[in-house]
Amino acid sequence: MSDKVNLTIDGRKLEAPAGSTILQAAKDANIYIPHLCHNDELKPYGACRLCVVEITHRNRTRIVASCIYEVAEGLEVQTVTERVLNVRKLVIELLLSRNKKSQVLQDIAQKLEVEKSRFELDIKGCILCGMCIRTCKEVVGVNAIGYKSRGFTREVATPFDETPPDCIACGSCAYVCPVDFIQYSEKNGVRTIWNTEFPMQKCTKCGRHIAPVKQLDHFKETLNLPEDHFDICLHCR
Amino acid sequence: MKKLTTPQDFFDYQSEVKKSVDPKKTQIIICAGSGCLAYGTQKLIDGFKAEIEQQNLQDVMDVRASGCHGFCERGPIVLISPGNIFYQKVGLKDAPEIIEKTVLNGETIERLLYKDPQTGEKIIREHDVGFYKKQQRFILGQNSQINPTSINDYLAIGGYGALAKVLSETKPQEVIDEIIEANLRGRGGGGFPAGWKWDSTRKAVGDPKYVICNADEGDPGAYMDRSILEGNPHTVLEGMLIGAYAIGSSEGYIYVRNEYPLAVTNITLAIEQARELGLIGKNIMGTDFSFDIQINRGGGAFVCGESSALFASIEGRAGEPRAKYVHATDRGLYDKPTCLNNVETWANVPLVISKGAKWYQSIGTENSKGTKIFALVGKINNTGLVEVPMGITLREIIFEIGGGIPKGRKFKAVQTGGPSGGCIPEEYLDSPVDFDELTKLGSMMGSGGMIVMDERTCMVDIARYFLQFLEDESCGKCTPCREGVHQMRVILDRICEGNGQEGDIETLEWMGQAIADGSLCALGGSAPAPVLSTIRYFRDEYEAHIKDKKCPAGVCKALITYKIDSETCNGCHLCFKPCPTDAIAGEKKKLHTLDQDKCIQCGACYEVCKFDAVIVE
Repeated sequence: MSDKVNLTIDGRKLEAPAGSTILQAAKDANIYIPHLCHNDELKPYGACRLCVVEITHRNRTRIVASCIYEVAEGLEVQTVTERVLNVRKLVIELLLSRNKKSQVLQDIAQKLEVEKSRFELDIKGCILCGMCIRTCKEVVGVNAIGYKSRGFTREVATPFDETPPDCIACGSCAYVCPVDFIQYSEKNGVRTIWNTEFPMQKCTKCGRHIAPVKQLDHFKETLNLPEDHFDICLHCR
Repeated sequence: MKKLTTPQDFFDYQSEVKKSVDPKKTQIIICAGSGCLAYGTQKLIDGFKAEIEQQNLQDVMDVRASGCHGFCERGPIVLISPGNIFYQKVGLKDAPEIIEKTVLNGETIERLLYKDPQTGEKIIREHDVGFYKKQQRFILGQNSQINPTSINDYLAIGGYGALAKVLSETKPQEVIDEIIEANLRGRGGGGFPAGWKWDSTRKAVGDPKYVICNADEGDPGAYMDRSILEGNPHTVLEGMLIGAYAIGSSEGYIYVRNEYPLAVTNITLAIEQARELGLIGKNIMGTDFSFDIQINRGGGAFVCGESSALFASIEGRAGEPRAKYVHATDRGLYDKPTCLNNVETWANVPLVISKGAKWYQSIGTENSKGTKIFALVGKINNTGLVEVPMGITLREIIFEIGGGIPKGRKFKAVQTGGPSGGCIPEEYLDSPVDFDELTKLGSMMGSGGMIVMDERTCMVDIARYFLQFLEDESCGKCTPCREGVHQMRVILDRICEGNGQEGDIETLEWMGQAIADGSLCALGGSAPAPVLSTIRYFRDEYEAHIKDKKCPAGVCKALITYKIDSETCNGCHLCFKPCPTDAIAGEKKKLHTLDQDKCIQCGACYEVCKFDAVIVE
């Protein structure tokens, strides 16, 4: 079949669909490559650099991010080499310096035999994988949050650090956050996220809070649902 | 202005323009590049014009405000043509005398001539000045021959002739073959063969195809591209037009920093003028070839000089690079085939076409052809822009063209390739300057920054400076660059502050390699170079900081003490005033003392002392 290509990962001969990435091919073959900023539902981004691998193609060896690099005929991939491990170890140490408590990071660090970060701890919590921003844009279709500033001072933020006008309080950003940096709370029929309070809709039958009004409005609008679609909660239906 | 509807029409118009130039008329050429303008050249230009008008001499002489002549150290520069008489550091009050003596009576004015620092000889003609002698100024040299705001000036020196030649007699593929044969390599940093890039873009599937000029020059101390755009914008346009014709592109962009206002003004005007003549737009010179150019002004982020970040910026998104596993020649701007070259590369194109690949190949080394423009800055006598053939040695550039190190100090290192280039020590000064040699030395050609450092430069401090620059300019997308460069800088900070630890050098080396390997784009990929190259060549200086808590160059404040040498101090009192904390005591003609408790190590006394009586330990 012409839409398949042959490659090797760690010496194993594999076949993968053309246009897929090394990370996908490795996953399909149960070969472990650590990664943080990748999610199958999102477009490849290549920012965390944890998933780097060493490839040899057309007599050239180099380090690439497996989450973006597309498979090619005759591609040879090594997922564990000294250079690869050095990059991963550095990355995990650097990320731990931003968030030493995260279990996800600690687990990866353990696999890489990194005990602790040698770098000055400047606890911010967020590791800037961008999953929240990309999920909000690509999956929810809202684009309520983004980056502010650049380089080391970069942060995920709402526009002008103010109440996010487009946020529907769906909480997807918190859901995808690998280090649980983004959090929200619910109290007395109000969901609080991004420093903003969002009133929640009550079930007209049982009185339980279903979801933020803005989130339900967004669903009704994008899915063309009738105005009263969410008046009754799932339990009362 | 009439529109030129055939190549023949163009050639006729060009000879008409050439004929209209009166060869007997003297040209007073005043450098109006950004450097000279900062000296106040505009007043000089106005002054000359007013004087000529007052004396009613318009028929015998003309004033031409030209682009940068390169010798910025000696501005404002005035050139008298014919004769090529070179006057430097010209003031407003010199204008009437230059008109009277030099233009009208053919006498030279001694005090305005350049004095050779070695021989003391006064040099009359530009090409005899040491700074210019070893240069081959095919690109920059045109600057003084034209007024950049006049398309006719450019036409008069043969401008757009290469375009007309190509449109009338050369097939697109033949143009590409010519560029490949000339082995013109990208001047923006990577050194990728331009012809191959053109060829890939031509063969790529997609419509439209874009041609882009990268004028987002942002290296500290570098202003080569700025000077070309300001001084000779039409040559860049002509290069892009030839490229677009060869590639089969109809749309182009010039991405230029908004901090270059004169460049933006001149290139905008140039596009308007070229469009009026029918050299840009639909059916150029009556052929099937149509091409238009838009200007996109950058917001000042260094990373936008990286091609994929530049595309993002043009598309209206934040300037953030993406992985370039798919080449821009296949999917670049708006995911369409895109050919991006830097200003200097485009400026080389008309030269290659008009003089031919064979001629171009005769200049340079085996794999680096033609000339390269460098911004020669730092601790150097002749600061300025130099255009030299590839293969010239660093020593020739620094000591012959650059006139060596000021104040008789010792050369220590030269940094080539911008902030992420490496520092090359004295033992390699005889290395030829070309793409491959500089890479071998742990540095790179880059876009052509060349920063000279003397013995009073601390290599740890300089590495920290460049790293700080790159830390500030990192977009923050990928971890190694965003966090790693920052943490490397933190380590350098502590080394400079006397808190360096055993093992810091090894950590920096390890991090440097991992950051270079793991970063997403070339900014992070090359960011560790200043640190790695200074460790490679000046490891002992790092060790002195860490182990002995000393800064051998006397720069890092926490590691130095200033003292007054009782033997040499003659009590001249010169150091007294500049001291901001009144740490220096003593009467005139008597030995001064320095109160260490008050001293803040600013070095002001050290800089002013004429007798080397202030010593740094």
